[in-house]
Amino acid sequence: MNNPLLTVEHLSVAFNHKQQTVVDNISFEIHAGETFALVGESGSGKSITALSVLRLLPNNARFNADAITLKGDDLLKRSELELCKIRGRCIGFIFQDPMSSLNPVMTIGSQIEEVIKLHFDLPRDEVQQRALELLQQVELPEAQQRIKDYPHQLSGGQRQRVMIAIALAGKPDLLIADEPTTSLDVTIQAQILALLKNIQQQTGMALWLISHDLALVSSIADRVAVMQQGKIVEIGATAEFFNQPKHPYTRKLLNALPSMQSCLAHSTEEKPPLLQVSDFYCHYPIRKGIFKRIVDYVRAVDGVSFDIQQGKTLALVGESGCGKTTLGKSLLNLIPGSGRVVINGVELNGLTGEALRQQRANIQIVFQDPFSSMNPRMLVGDIIAEGIRALHPEVSADQRKDRVRQLLQQVDLPEDSALRYPHEFSGGQRQRICIARALAVDPKLIVCDEPTSALDVSVQAQIIQLLKTLQREKGVSYLFITHDLAVVAEIADDVAVMYQGKIIEQGGVAEVLTQPKQAYTQKLLAAVPVLKVDK
Amino acid sequence: MTQYIIRRLLYSLPLLMGVNILTFVLFFVVNSPDDMARMQLGQKHVTEQAIANWKQQHGYDVPLLWNSDAQGEKKLINTIFYQKSVGLFLFRFGVSDSGRNIGADIKERAWPSLAVALPTLMIGLLVNICFALMMVLFRSTYLEHAGIVLCVILMSISSLFYIIGGQFFIGKVLRLVPISGYDDGMAAIKFLILPVLIGVFSGIGSGARWYRTLFLEEVEKDYVRTARAKGLSETQTLFRHVLPNAMIPILTGVVVVLPLLFMGSLIMESFFSIPGLGSYTIDAINSQDFAIVRAMVFLGSVLYVIGLLLTDISYTLVDPRVRLS
Amino acid sequence: MVVLWTDALIYLLIVVMLTLGLYLRGKEHIQRPLQQISRSKIGMVSLVVLVFFVLIGLLDSVHFKPANDKKNEIISLLDDWATPLREHGEKTYSAPFATTLYSKEMIMLADGSMQWGYPRLEFGGRHLDDPETQRIPDILQKGLYGLAQGLGLMGLFMLLCYAVRQTYYERLNFIVRPECEGREGIEAQDPEPISPSTKAVWLVLFIIVPLATALIHLSAYYHVFGTDKVGEDVFYQAVKSIRTGLVIGTLTTLIMLPMAIIFGILAGFFRGWVDDIIQYIYTTLNSIPGVLLIAASILMVQVYMANHEADFTSVIVRADMRLLFLCMILGVTSWTGLCRLLRAETLKLREMEYVQAAQALGVKQDTILVRHILPNVMHIVLISVVLDFSSLVLAEAVLSYINIGVDPTSYSWGNMINGARLEMAREPIVWWSLTAAFVFMFALVLAANLFADVVQDAFDPRRSGNE
Repeated sequence: MNNPLLTVEHLSVAFNHKQQTVVDNISFEIHAGETFALVGESGSGKSITALSVLRLLPNNARFNADAITLKGDDLLKRSELELCKIRGRCIGFIFQDPMSSLNPVMTIGSQIEEVIKLHFDLPRDEVQQRALELLQQVELPEAQQRIKDYPHQLSGGQRQRVMIAIALAGKPDLLIADEPTTSLDVTIQAQILALLKNIQQQTGMALWLISHDLALVSSIADRVAVMQQGKIVEIGATAEFFNQPKHPYTRKLLNALPSMQSCLAHSTEEKPPLLQVSDFYCHYPIRKGIFKRIVDYVRAVDGVSFDIQQGKTLALVGESGCGKTTLGKSLLNLIPGSGRVVINGVELNGLTGEALRQQRANIQIVFQDPFSSMNPRMLVGDIIAEGIRALHPEVSADQRKDRVRQLLQQVDLPEDSALRYPHEFSGGQRQRICIARALAVDPKLIVCDEPTSALDVSVQAQIIQLLKTLQREKGVSYLFITHDLAVVAEIADDVAVMYQGKIIEQGGVAEVLTQPKQAYTQKLLAAVPVLKVDK
Repeated sequence: MTQYIIRRLLYSLPLLMGVNILTFVLFFVVNSPDDMARMQLGQKHVTEQAIANWKQQHGYDVPLLWNSDAQGEKKLINTIFYQKSVGLFLFRFGVSDSGRNIGADIKERAWPSLAVALPTLMIGLLVNICFALMMVLFRSTYLEHAGIVLCVILMSISSLFYIIGGQFFIGKVLRLVPISGYDDGMAAIKFLILPVLIGVFSGIGSGARWYRTLFLEEVEKDYVRTARAKGLSETQTLFRHVLPNAMIPILTGVVVVLPLLFMGSLIMESFFSIPGLGSYTIDAINSQDFAIVRAMVFLGSVLYVIGLLLTDISYTLVDPRVRLS
Repeated sequence: MVVLWTDALIYLLIVVMLTLGLYLRGKEHIQRPLQQISRSKIGMVSLVVLVFFVLIGLLDSVHFKPANDKKNEIISLLDDWATPLREHGEKTYSAPFATTLYSKEMIMLADGSMQWGYPRLEFGGRHLDDPETQRIPDILQKGLYGLAQGLGLMGLFMLLCYAVRQTYYERLNFIVRPECEGREGIEAQDPEPISPSTKAVWLVLFIIVPLATALIHLSAYYHVFGTDKVGEDVFYQAVKSIRTGLVIGTLTTLIMLPMAIIFGILAGFFRGWVDDIIQYIYTTLNSIPGVLLIAASILMVQVYMANHEADFTSVIVRADMRLLFLCMILGVTSWTGLCRLLRAETLKLREMEYVQAAQALGVKQDTILVRHILPNVMHIVLISVVLDFSSLVLAEAVLSYINIGVDPTSYSWGNMINGARLEMAREPIVWWSLTAAFVFMFALVLAANLFADVVQDAFDPRRSGNE
């Protein structure tokens, strides 16, 4: 092989306020025109690696390396000013969150033009022309009109296209994409990946993709490296990497990936319904005019009906903004909704005050974000016991303590956790605490609102396993809200697909995932990145 | 947009009514006009007749809210509330306890106040922003640290000392400008230099520190990293990206005090004997002229409410996220 | 013993702080920031200075009627100790450490003839026979003696601390050793090294205490900061003003806190019409310029006091009432800022998932407010209390200057400045009152500002990332 485009030798990064190094003595190279993927779980140091190549690290980071060479030119020897000529010109950078990464008070056109003006000496109209071409190249619809738009006027996918246009504006030899699709919906994600691949073929530049998603990487990368706790544990060509993973950590990651095949294993045996929802609506008023009259409604949930059987799991699938979380929360009366909700024979709609409070024990909820779902000022034991104290004030303190101990055991946490604070636990452990808190009042149904989306893939698998075990032991039902069809296949018995506030398709999990009837469901399924393993 | 402004205007009506009622309660219910008269006429040995005379002279000889002796709508009109408080809504300030026309006084005295306050604000804004930008540019160095320490020291000194010190050193020892006084027209400039200078200087500590936190908040945002990844240098990033974003809260914070500049600054004006509304108010407080204080309270809240309105409008003008949503 | 209104509130404040301290002692989310503060050199040094001021203020807050009562006066412990200072008044101005008055007068000489010259002071430097030659050596000697006293005191104190520390570690080792044999991590044989912040504290103590003893020693013989127009000792005035500054800085907060917390949290949590009303109230109050509202209220208080003179038996009770009123009015004008902050934070918190989880668990609304919302906004309250303190002390001076602050008869830095500023035009200039007020005020406000900075760093989750 000819000379590599970028070589990194023995790079280490540490932060002032933390003891351990975040990136620990890693070396790799990227060749011209190839797609190199750096994979790892959160906190493994993959983004920091990319930032340190361009010296974009935060002020409190310290890094050292033997050499970082770009086209034979050692970047470590370049001054800050010389590096400015390389950033954007030789290396383009795409960040994870396109909303916060774009300047909110500048038009997208001027943000692109800024790069062109900085690196090329062009007359004004040519700069504008070039910016427009770039927007067309990244397939932004109606580029001519949108060039004067501000970032907040675009959708998430469109913003990421603008980010790509900015990164391409300097005609770089290397494009670093740091989790470019993580904050996007699955269908948009597929489009953006296709676009990146397409542009790479047109321009012949190298693409350095940073991702946590092995399935996504397998479909696009030429070579893959896996990072674990600041070290690269395995590096190799894609086919080889996925077929014969050498390092145990890589094998663990691959095994943890949920598989779409597992949907066939679920039983189809019918059970009596636990929850019946019919004609459920959640409308928010839109107020306008001098006196804030109600002119229209946002139809977040627009007439849905479904049943959940005892001891079974219904997965509610849909993309962001389809109303699935709103539906979940309004079932618990956290958000006002209207319609008939019957649980265990008791009608919930119309209940208020004390009567509603007494029925709270039936439905519980587990939230997505394990960091904001627990009061940071309370001990874990108090957090778990809160429901018992509220709904069963007659239970004595000793009994409560026993119950908390028992619950911690059920979710596989050590007993002394009760006397510690939430911030001492990792994301997965926090999610276990949240499950214990929900279980404390013996609910018939737990609404799981994306409980695994904020977790790494290996932790995600453990949580799903725990939920399944608890269902077997306690016969509790789940309403499992998610955007991830692979997880659905793992856990659900039935599936309901939501789109713009309505359920457009529902049925058994095998049926919906293997023979989808609606075009939208088909599109969703097609967009899911599948691990490509040639066997 | 027009609808929005109209709604804001309607919203400010109950506010002003609230202020009006509050001042009425404060001035007439907590203490009766009799108490005021006794206070004005000297404490002891005041005859009932003298009090009645004083009340009649100043128009306090009618009931507070409801005049049951009068006829028809006079029942409402011939009351202290109607005559002293409702009139304020139409900017009829009436006459002061010493018999001068308050409205005319205010018109005349607003301009000297503005002549001091406006340059102070503008120059102060410029100086503070420059100072804060320097600190952000040299962040995590000893220069920044020294800047912060300087700011804390500056803001720990009472504004009274700035004024006394400035008057003493610049006015008295160096004799560069007159210590105090005021003149009409261009001649006023030599009297304005010192108060403006001192006003700016005494504001640097807290102002620059506040702006620095605003800038630092922006510097940590993701789009700044994007800008640097584009190849912009540190200075370019600061001026092209951080400054415009941080200017939104800074500008709107300035807009809200713009109308209040007419009111002037109490201590500045009294130290430098500038015949503005600030010294007017101080004189009224010292001579316990309730009519003027009442008028100034109402005027101040009207100006504040206007400031709120201007803030809302300026947000929609400066911030595209508000303007286009 | 006589308990004035502000005294009572100060005692209440101390009780509140002690109970809060006891309640929060074991809570980890409080301990972490506290440890951060204790590690900060600036924080600890400014805290020492603040404590020094607070101690003086507390001494000045214990009032009683002296036993050998002649004038039916109420005095404080501090007054009692400083009786010589209080009673050694001169005729009029005299410069610091002066032995003569500041202006020439006709003096009657021993032989009965009159002479135009600087008369000797009645008390300042009275023990000197020949001030011309003896004064400076005497000042140096007395000053050094005072310094030595302070140094000796501090040395003793330090030895004591060292001894306590040694025995503590010996006992600790004695208890810990047998148990932790074989266990890792617990090796408490050696006392941990003294941290840089502790060293800084000792250094400051070694500066402050000798300085204070020297001043005290000297002030028995001289007027160290001179005397004012009516011949009162300026050092005494400045020290007495400490209490006024502290009272304004703390009691105002104590008065406004309940309002701000209750209204702010209720508005943010319940939204709807509750929010509308509370927002209306604070916007209305806010829209009246603060100084004018204070002026109007103080005018009304004056009218009230003038008409109810019988209720205020002595000058000090009257001045105390006015001080309390001032605190209340300042509280009314300043609660809106904190209220708005708390409302915004509560709006954010009520959407937090742990609040929703509590709702789903059937926890009652008032319990949610107390258990989930209140503890999570307390850091904002704490930060704003320390931040407000210094601005209130500064505000007192300005307000007293425009005659709407504390009572003209009570001691405050604002009144000192007010009295002294007219003398700026004098030739030669009378500078000592201003300087004394400046030095004391600057020390207090600077310490408070620095401490507030450290507290904010420690408690603001955005700044330190300790959440």
